[in-house]
Amino acid sequence: MPINKTVNSFAEAVSDISDGSVVMIGGFGGAGGMPHLLMLALRDQGARNLTIIGNTAGIAAPTGFGWPEGIEPIDHAVLIENGQIAKVIASFPVSGSVSRPNAFEKGFRAGEIELELVPQGTLAERMRAAGAGIAAFYTPTAAGTMLADGKETRVFDGREYVLEEALHADFALVRAKTADTLGNLAYAGTSRTFNPPMAMAAKVTIAEVDEIVEPGGIDPDRVDTPSIYVKRIAARPPASEGGVALP
Amino acid sequence: MTDPAPRLDREVIAMRVAREFRDGEVVNLGIGIPTLCSDFVPPDVEIMYHSESGLLNCGPLADEGEGDVDLINAGGQFLSPIPGMAYFDSAEAFAMIRGGHIDVTALGALQVSAMGDLANWFLPARGVGNVGGAMDLAAGAKRVIVAMEHNGRDGSSKIVPECSYPLTGKGCVSLVVTDIAVIEVLPAGQGLQLIEHAPGWDAASIQSQTDAEFSVSTDLTEITLV
Repeated sequence: MPINKTVNSFAEAVSDISDGSVVMIGGFGGAGGMPHLLMLALRDQGARNLTIIGNTAGIAAPTGFGWPEGIEPIDHAVLIENGQIAKVIASFPVSGSVSRPNAFEKGFRAGEIELELVPQGTLAERMRAAGAGIAAFYTPTAAGTMLADGKETRVFDGREYVLEEALHADFALVRAKTADTLGNLAYAGTSRTFNPPMAMAAKVTIAEVDEIVEPGGIDPDRVDTPSIYVKRIAARPPASEGGVALP
Repeated sequence: MTDPAPRLDREVIAMRVAREFRDGEVVNLGIGIPTLCSDFVPPDVEIMYHSESGLLNCGPLADEGEGDVDLINAGGQFLSPIPGMAYFDSAEAFAMIRGGHIDVTALGALQVSAMGDLANWFLPARGVGNVGGAMDLAAGAKRVIVAMEHNGRDGSSKIVPECSYPLTGKGCVSLVVTDIAVIEVLPAGQGLQLIEHAPGWDAASIQSQTDAEFSVSTDLTEITLV
């Protein structure tokens, strides 16, 4: 049997995400690199009490961050407003505009959602460590700040470092430009960001892609995430075939 | 105390910061006044921009309506491409930062202390904040320049003996450029030194706006922009 990780729908791709799962959501914060259709499918699927891990907790809807004019942004708010999220792990969880709070900030203030705030580079490295079998590492980031409170520190060469642990997940929802049927992924431009480290860090990585090609359709030198990290792929339907017109 | 002369506007602060960039350096610009610096880099200085969004080297902001969602800066603004760019993921973007490969970062601030501590990410009144890449840049960039207004909207000094807001990094700032002064953080805990003043301001009038004590350079000059 030839290996083919393609699934037929986004609903099928997320069908086994259960209540209480830890789910990574790819992208930086804008439209690029974000798995919009997987998020919508997870909303419709309805799993609750989820922990979501991402750079943001949905900052595009209130401010248009990284979205083109004229298209209504889709972000993590679709899950938060549906009452599915118990905890967020992120570096940039709230809107850049104090006067335009996002759904997460409202839930956090209401005491409904817990937050673990992590410096952006520490967040990425904790994912990479999880995928690479590294239990923990020392970083100079956050030494002497409140984000190091309660953490073990150690001095190397006269400088203080903070011990940070690997960050694992049950699922990672990532977004790439192209996949081959084996699950090799290639990204476009600045839409790479958190997708590769998340793909490494989760037990089950599901990729939303613009197109799926046969093996050989991606130059092996241009594969960004090797197929070993990817369990399922689902293609966005073209807008011309009834797909959603999303960036 | 009333101001002896007008304060510099944000563009002029950015212009002064841009004079710090040296030919061939890799520069990371934070959100706010620092973003404006790219408009004022001298023509004979070639620098490369690094962004947490996973790129090295880029063109100016894209024209209105020309944006590509796969080419943004850390503030979510669309950029234009130029030859010689490189894209990478977040783990690598921050390996570059923590690994000491960024020559200069310019950041905004809420407070800077006499020891060069930086507070720029958390407003206690909001109760929740975005740390983003600020702590990584504060810890990892070879040189941290702060660009900010000298005083808050309520007139309070943002240059203080000790930060009252939660810290971004300890002892990381090397230069502070404000709308009335340029102040250096001296090495080895020697405190602050005033090196340039805005037109019409002198050391005494700047000190009256500043809670932290500073020494005055024997070479004190008016802020120079060219």
